Amino acid sequence: MSAANGNGGPNPEKDLSASNLPGQRGDGGEEIRVQRGMFGADKSGDTSGYGGLVRSIRLPGPATRPYGGWFDEVADELEGALEEQGLVPENVIDRTVVDRGEITFHIEREFLPTVARTLRDDPALRFELCTGVSGVHYPGDKGRELHAVYHLRSITHNRLIRLEVSAPDADPHIPSLVAVYPTNDWHERETYDFYGIVFDGHPALTRIMMPDDWQGFPQRKDYPLGGIPVEYKGAQIPAPDQRRSYS
Amino acid sequence: MSTQHATPRETTEGTVYTVTGGDWDEVAETAARSDDERIIVNMGPQHPSTHGVLRLILEIDGETVTEARCGIGYLHTGIEKNLEYRTWTQGTTFVTRMDYLTPFFNETAYCLAVEKLLGIEDQIPDRATIIRVLLMELNRLSSHLVCIATGGMELGATTIMIYGFRDRELILDIYELITGLRMNHAYIRPGGLAQDLPPGAVDQIREFVKKMKKNLPEYDKLATGNPIFKARMQDVGYLDLACCMALGATGPILRSAGLPHDLRKAQPYCGYETYDFDVPTADTCDSYGRFLIRLEEMRQSLRIVEQCLDRLQPGPVMVDDKKIAWPAQLALGPDGLGNSLDHIKKIMGTSMEALIHHFKLVTEGFRVPPGQAYAAVESPKGELGVHVVSDGGTRPFRVHFRDPSFTNLQTMAAMCEGGQVADVIVAVASIDPVMGGVDR
Repeated sequence: MSAANGNGGPNPEKDLSASNLPGQRGDGGEEIRVQRGMFGADKSGDTSGYGGLVRSIRLPGPATRPYGGWFDEVADELEGALEEQGLVPENVIDRTVVDRGEITFHIEREFLPTVARTLRDDPALRFELCTGVSGVHYPGDKGRELHAVYHLRSITHNRLIRLEVSAPDADPHIPSLVAVYPTNDWHERETYDFYGIVFDGHPALTRIMMPDDWQGFPQRKDYPLGGIPVEYKGAQIPAPDQRRSYS
Repeated sequence: MSTQHATPRETTEGTVYTVTGGDWDEVAETAARSDDERIIVNMGPQHPSTHGVLRLILEIDGETVTEARCGIGYLHTGIEKNLEYRTWTQGTTFVTRMDYLTPFFNETAYCLAVEKLLGIEDQIPDRATIIRVLLMELNRLSSHLVCIATGGMELGATTIMIYGFRDRELILDIYELITGLRMNHAYIRPGGLAQDLPPGAVDQIREFVKKMKKNLPEYDKLATGNPIFKARMQDVGYLDLACCMALGATGPILRSAGLPHDLRKAQPYCGYETYDFDVPTADTCDSYGRFLIRLEEMRQSLRIVEQCLDRLQPGPVMVDDKKIAWPAQLALGPDGLGNSLDHIKKIMGTSMEALIHHFKLVTEGFRVPPGQAYAAVESPKGELGVHVVSDGGTRPFRVHFRDPSFTNLQTMAAMCEGGQVADVIVAVASIDPVMGGVDR
C-alpha cells in the first residue's frame, strides 16, 4: 500500500480514478469479481453517494520474462523437463505469476500429477516437500471458481514455489497428488471437506473435520457462517456474517 | 456383573464392547472366547493419554497393533471460516487459539503473511521484531516443556510432568506480565505489537533464564540416562528420512532422522540469520532422539532469548504508517487495560480528524492489496505455514494454516503399525500433536 502511494506527488488524473482507491492494483491482472458500492450496505438508500461505484477486483496478472532471481532457472528447468516428456509447456502452464517475491505456476488440472512428479524428481528442481493443499473459492471467477493451491519446498535448493490449479463449480474435479506426495492425503481430504473439490485418485476421499453425514461444504463463500444476534446494552448486535462489510 | 462395565452389543460389524475403565480382564476374557485374537480398539477421543480429543482406531492382534488410524475433527471450530468475517487485525485473536500451546508462532506467522501482502516487511521496527523473536523462543521452551511433561506422564513418570509444568509456569508468568494473558494473547499484530514491554519484563526474563539454566539439567538427571525411560523410548516410533519427506513431517521428527532442516536457518525470517544458535539433530529416528532434540532446542532457545535481551533498544513497536498502525495507545487503568487517557482526551477533545481516523481503523480496518502470500515459521512442531489471500478488502478473503501437528499426525500409522499397544502412546507423544492446531 505504502509502496504504491509513496512515490511522487499527487496525480489528479490518476487519483480520481476508482482504481486508485486503497487496496487497488490498476487495470492489470486477473479479474475475479466486480464490486459495486463502497461500504457494503445495500439494503438502504444510497446515502453515501458511493453506491454507484463499480470496481473490478483484480489479482496480480501473468509476469513476463525475466522473472528475476532463481525463478527463471526453475521455470526453464520445468519447461525443459516437460518438453523432454513430449509435452508443450504452454499447454501445461496456463500462466506464471510473480508477485511479492513469490512465483506461482498456474497448471492445467489434467497435467498436475505430471508436473508435480517432475518437480519432485528432476535433480535440478527437487521439490521434495509438499506443504499441503489450500482451497480458495472465487464465486465471481466464472468457470474457475474453485482453486487448489500447493506450496512446494525444495530443501536441496532451498526454494519455495506455488502451484495453483482451478476447476469450475460444475465439474469440481482435480487429480490427486497423494501418489506423488503422500503427505497430501489428509490435506486433500480437508480441502474436499471444506470446498467439495473431488481429488480423483485419492485412496479414501472422505470428510475429515466435519461429521461424516454433514451436508454442504462450509468454506465456500455461499455457505453462511451462522450465528445469532446478540443484545448488548440494549442494542441488537447482528451475527458476524450479517454485519456491515467494507470489502 | 459382567454387563456393568463392558456391555456387549451386537452390530453388523461384530460384537462391540463399550469400555469405561477397570474392566480389561472381562474384555480380554470375552475376546479370548471368540475364535481369533483380532479386536479393534477405539482409543479416545476422551482418553488421558491421547493428547486431547484425538481418537485412535487400533486393530490389535494380541499385543500387536496391526493397523492404526486417527480420527480427528473433534476440536474443529471453523477458525479459518471465521477469519473471513473479521478485519485483518482481529485475525490475530483467532489464530492465537489454533495451536494453543504455540500462540506466538501462530500470531507471528499470520502477521508475517499479512505484512508481506501489505508490502511493509521492511518497515517493521527492530524492537518489535526482536520482541517477536524473544516471545517465540520463550514459547518454544514452554511448548517443548509441555511435550516432555505430558509425554513423561503418559509413561507413568509423573515427576517429569511436575517438573515440566513447574518450569512452564514461570514462562506463563512472563507472558502474563507482557501481554496480560497466559494464553490466547493476540499480542503480535500486523505491523508490530499491541504494546511495548512493560517495566520489569526484561529483569524478570533475565531472572527466568538464570533459573532455567539451573533447572534444565534436572531433566537430564531424571530422564536422559534413565534405563526405564530409555527402554520405553528407544527404537519406538521409528520413522526414517524417506518416510519423513514423503509424509511431510517436519520439526523434531525430521531432525531426529538426521536432516538439520530448520526454517530459522534455511529461510530466515524476523532476522534469525543474525542470531547465534545451533540446530540439534539425532540419527536414531525414534522417540528418544526426538526427546533429546527437544531438550537441546530448549538450551538453544535460552541462548537466543539472552541475545534478544542484549539487543533490545528503546524505540517504536508499531509501523509508522498511520493507515495501518492500530491507533490505540494502550495503558493500564483502574478497570484494566484500555485506551490511554491521553489518547481519549485527544480524540474526544481536540481532534475530530483523529477521532474519525480512530473510528474508521477500528471498525472498518485497513485495506490489503489483492493477491496471495505464504509465510512460514519454524514452530516447535515443524513448519507452520500460512497462506493468505486478499481481494483488496478489509477482511481476509482466505486464510489457511498449514499446521505442523496436522501433517505430522499422519505419520502415526507408519510409526505404530507392527508395534506394541503400549508403544502407540510413546509414538503419539513424540509427535507432540496439539488438537487445537490439528482441527482448527
